Amino acid sequence: MAYSEKVIDHYQNPKNVGTLDKASKSVGTGLVGAPECGDVMRLQIEVDNATGMITDAKFKTFGCGSAIASSSLATEWLKGKSVDEALKIDNMAIVEELNLPPVKIHCSVLAEDAIKAAINDYRVKNGLEAIKFEESVIH
Amino acid sequence: MLKLPIYLDNNATTPMDPRVLEAMTPYFLEHFGNAASRNHPFGWEAEEAVDYAREQVAKLIGADPKEIIFTSGATEADNLGIKGVFEMYASKGNHIITATTEHKAVLDTCKHIEKMGGEVTYLQVDREGLINLKELEAAMKPTTILVAIMLANNEIGTIQPIREISAIARKHGALVFTDATQAVGKIPVDVNKDGIDLMAFTAHKMYGPKGVGALYVRRKNPRVKVTAQMDGGGHERGMRSGTLNVPGIVGLGKACELCMLDMEADTKRISKLRDKLENALLLLEEAYVNGSREHRLPHVSNISFKHVEGEGLLMGFNKNIALSSGSACTSASLEPSYVLKALGLGDDLAHSSLRFGLGRFTNEEQIDYTVKAISETVIKLREMSPLWEMYKEGIDLDTIEWAAH
Repeated sequence: MAYSEKVIDHYQNPKNVGTLDKASKSVGTGLVGAPECGDVMRLQIEVDNATGMITDAKFKTFGCGSAIASSSLATEWLKGKSVDEALKIDNMAIVEELNLPPVKIHCSVLAEDAIKAAINDYRVKNGLEAIKFEESVIH
Repeated sequence: MLKLPIYLDNNATTPMDPRVLEAMTPYFLEHFGNAASRNHPFGWEAEEAVDYAREQVAKLIGADPKEIIFTSGATEADNLGIKGVFEMYASKGNHIITATTEHKAVLDTCKHIEKMGGEVTYLQVDREGLINLKELEAAMKPTTILVAIMLANNEIGTIQPIREISAIARKHGALVFTDATQAVGKIPVDVNKDGIDLMAFTAHKMYGPKGVGALYVRRKNPRVKVTAQMDGGGHERGMRSGTLNVPGIVGLGKACELCMLDMEADTKRISKLRDKLENALLLLEEAYVNGSREHRLPHVSNISFKHVEGEGLLMGFNKNIALSSGSACTSASLEPSYVLKALGLGDDLAHSSLRFGLGRFTNEEQIDYTVKAISETVIKLREMSPLWEMYKEGIDLDTIEWAAH
């Protein structure tokens, strides 16, 4: 299967690979997927408590090129957004941006799930209630 | 000069040896006759070429030329051998014994037989991919007509103890079928010494053309027969109708002759390269060989690189190195390799595997390049892998409750 140029670019030059201090109150961590399924994504956001803006985002992903590209793109999109805006990131936007084929849509779903998990982790750490999301379609 | 891309997927198919093509060419052009045309020189030439190829093929496996049935490939030979025995020996019994690591051409044929009222026992394999002979013996029944165990596995290269298997089958009056697609031409195979009654193989895994293969069917001690699976002109002693693929058959014959001539030297050279590749890659942390290292084809290596996903790994170099992965996403199905899972590998390791198939045209420069490219990619992807980070922090990944996905 041929990958789109954008997927290849993110794979070769991934943006924001790394680790934030998960013990920090201003950091939210989302870990989704499972080794058995062939993909695990960890996405972290750092939030400015005063403004609610995401000041930094990092990822590490075990998975195929599309999974790596989806998480790399997600971190790019997260930086500079408010938490509320980040909640609106839809997996289909990732699919469109990266030209993912149908068999790889689950990678984008995983990235969306990782964003939501990171935000919830941040909320819970800061005394807010976790948002209940509808179950993803592909699970 | 190193020419890219490098081909290391010889278990999928091999390039043709130019000597094979050379032998075939005249049978596309001036000698285009139908081998069944008995009344003119065109037919005679074609028949003569087929007879000669039949001898070349038979010689490689220690058979009589009359025992070679030409087919379109190994899949057809698997189908003909197994279904043909099931139908021909229906009055004797309906039980077939096979193994879980067989090729789909055998497994799906067995599934078909179950639908037709047959009974099939699927033997498990051990960590190395070998069946247990005691389990085979225990599975034998009065109704067992066939034991169908592959000679060597296509993903891990594990070679089954075919002589011991056939001794057990014979003792219980069952025939022995073996899918030898990966083995013939690579390791010595002798149908008499090995006690094989039926054997499937194909040209394109031994530097011959695609679209032609053979089924060996024993004629003496015992005389084995299979029911034809296609109706037609009664070619190939009535077992396989259809005008013979003369150029293809000539190619198969030549490929067999060359394998016989070159096997010893090829094996020595290729296994040395394989070992070099394997040993260099095993210098990486958490890299494991899948299957048996002792009972193994000389040109195959299957390695898992823990905490790196196979398809993601391939993407790092697959423009320059042709390899296959036992991982999910590569194939249309999202399941990891059933062969690796049958060895008892966890899904995580099965998702992290690469299969190397070296061949006659693999050279040292290619191996050096491959070691470097793969090592770099593994290291780079591990830097990106959350599992690797957790492993390095000493976290037991099995204790983590992964979100069901």
